Amino acid sequence: MSPLQRFTLARADDALVLGHRLSEWIGHGPILEEEMALGNIGLDLIGQARSLYQSVGDEDQLAYFRGAGEYQNLLLTEQPNGDFGHTMVRQLFYSAYADPFWRQMMGSTDPTLAAIAAKSEKESAYHLRHASEWVIRLGDGTDESQARAQQAVDALWPYTGELFAADPDLPLGTAPDPQTLRPVWSATVGAVLNRATLRVPGGAWMQSGGRTGRHTEHLSLLLAVMQSVPRAHPGAVW
Amino acid sequence: MTPILADLVERARVAVAAVCDPEIPVLTIADLGVLRDVVGVGDAVEVLITPTYSGCPAMGVIQFDIELALAAAGIPGRVRTVLNPAWTTDWLTDAGRDKLLAYGIAPPPAGGRRALFGVETVACPRCGSIETGVLSEFGSTSCKALWRCLACREPFDVFKCH
Repeated sequence: MSPLQRFTLARADDALVLGHRLSEWIGHGPILEEEMALGNIGLDLIGQARSLYQSVGDEDQLAYFRGAGEYQNLLLTEQPNGDFGHTMVRQLFYSAYADPFWRQMMGSTDPTLAAIAAKSEKESAYHLRHASEWVIRLGDGTDESQARAQQAVDALWPYTGELFAADPDLPLGTAPDPQTLRPVWSATVGAVLNRATLRVPGGAWMQSGGRTGRHTEHLSLLLAVMQSVPRAHPGAVW
Repeated sequence: MTPILADLVERARVAVAAVCDPEIPVLTIADLGVLRDVVGVGDAVEVLITPTYSGCPAMGVIQFDIELALAAAGIPGRVRTVLNPAWTTDWLTDAGRDKLLAYGIAPPPAGGRRALFGVETVACPRCGSIETGVLSEFGSTSCKALWRCLACREPFDVFKCH
């Protein structure tokens, strides 16, 4: 697998794992409209994952028959849903990165990745707006919703450093330098948290390991659920 | 291209252009801009389609319906999905926009996506009032948002701008 294929696979893993997390809300959404929104956003992400997997190899093989140690998704994406506010803060942190990431990827020298980016960029803009509006509403809401939203920001913050880890093996021009995404992300997240009357955590220490297959214990449980049917019945169709 | 193949391609174009979107059955895939091209390859045709949204579950059904339409017309061929250039709502034809409106779905607002905290104006497809408001950015399918009209009190779908 070339460095660019490994890079693509990691982004596919991000989208699939987060998309699966959102699918866990189906049947549990706080209101019907949000149930549909979370399902729709999850569907977009799983669609992005499929396009990315297909550009690397067999999508089913890659999604269903790799273990946690082979997954290279961001630790942020595998964190459990928690309450609705927790899910929205996680979505804000990811979307504030994914939106400028895909916009820059549209200029990739790899035509397939550029085409996938052109689709994903439009979707991520909607995801970002949705998450931003909810984080503002919850943060600038009741004492209870603000306390919970702040708790989610503080708990998820150490997983945001990994968003900007560089991949030195990538051919020049195929993907944006993650360091150029950081100021965009910080500005978006800062503006939203400010409007939400939430505090930007000061801690500089960051978790890492997702990109090299060292995950939190949450991923293997997620995969156990997601992969159980294809692993019990390999090759089954309907 | 031989005259026989050219004729085959032309017949295939007519046959597959009539395939409808399974979720918005008033629109054909030609109206929607999902049908990119029909080309001759060897002695068969290749139908090129592009997805509207990455996760659109209708794509599988559309592909199947195209294969059925080709088979019904006795034309050998296959479907190929192309991603580039990416579909946007600009690919929706004017006829498609009119059909959407007549069906009760507001066509995608012109002028592109709104800014992170912007507002947009959408006219109610039933009474035409612009006294409308968004209920949810994510509606019954990935391509639609749910709005309501404050004048006639009816809820309605809006085809999202992408």
